[in-house]
Amino acid sequence: MALTKAEMAEKLFEELGLNKREAKELVELFFDEVRAALSGGSQVKLSGFGNFNLRNKKQRPGRNPKTGEEIPISPRRVVTFHPGQKLKARVEAYAGSQQ
Amino acid sequence: MTDTYDDGDKAMTKSELIDTLAQKLNHLTYKDVEFSVKTILEQMAQTLATGGRIEIRGFGSFSLHHRPPRMGRNPKTGEPVPLEGKYVPHFKPGKELRDRVNSNAE
Repeated sequence: MALTKAEMAEKLFEELGLNKREAKELVELFFDEVRAALSGGSQVKLSGFGNFNLRNKKQRPGRNPKTGEEIPISPRRVVTFHPGQKLKARVEAYAGSQQ
Repeated sequence: MTDTYDDGDKAMTKSELIDTLAQKLNHLTYKDVEFSVKTILEQMAQTLATGGRIEIRGFGSFSLHHRPPRMGRNPKTGEPVPLEGKYVPHFKPGKELRDRVNSNAE
């Protein structure tokens, strides 16, 4: 089962004693603010977790996979995530337990 | 990397995010907001560190991608070194985030 905003709010309710409405509002606003920063052209750096960066992609040739017809992929801005050292190390440790 | 976006190095840090949230949630104390942000990030990190996924509608999803074992090289000596397979965190932006980021890119 994947972690969702509902479980995050539940955790804030349990650990901080925020009421359920406040906890839900905080979690919503957390992701709203990160999204707003990225939409406004800001990188987002969350130390201990990772960085969300923006990249501008040039136009490149593409293809309609159904018809095989060539259509250019328009230039666009995309979000990339780069996990920090600490998160990478914690996740790598998980690989060991899998083998 | 030539296509990395660079607009005067605009960046939001964790402490700026906490400040913004604390201003908007003025019925909560700064300490509560600070601890909440740290709790959210720790829960996300812990989920990934135990092989789980994170799904945030309108924002995106985090999962683990496997990197198979490969031969690396000691950059100093050029000697081949076997590297074990590992997992790395991966983020896939959701549709709303993709659309908003791209539509504001003029």
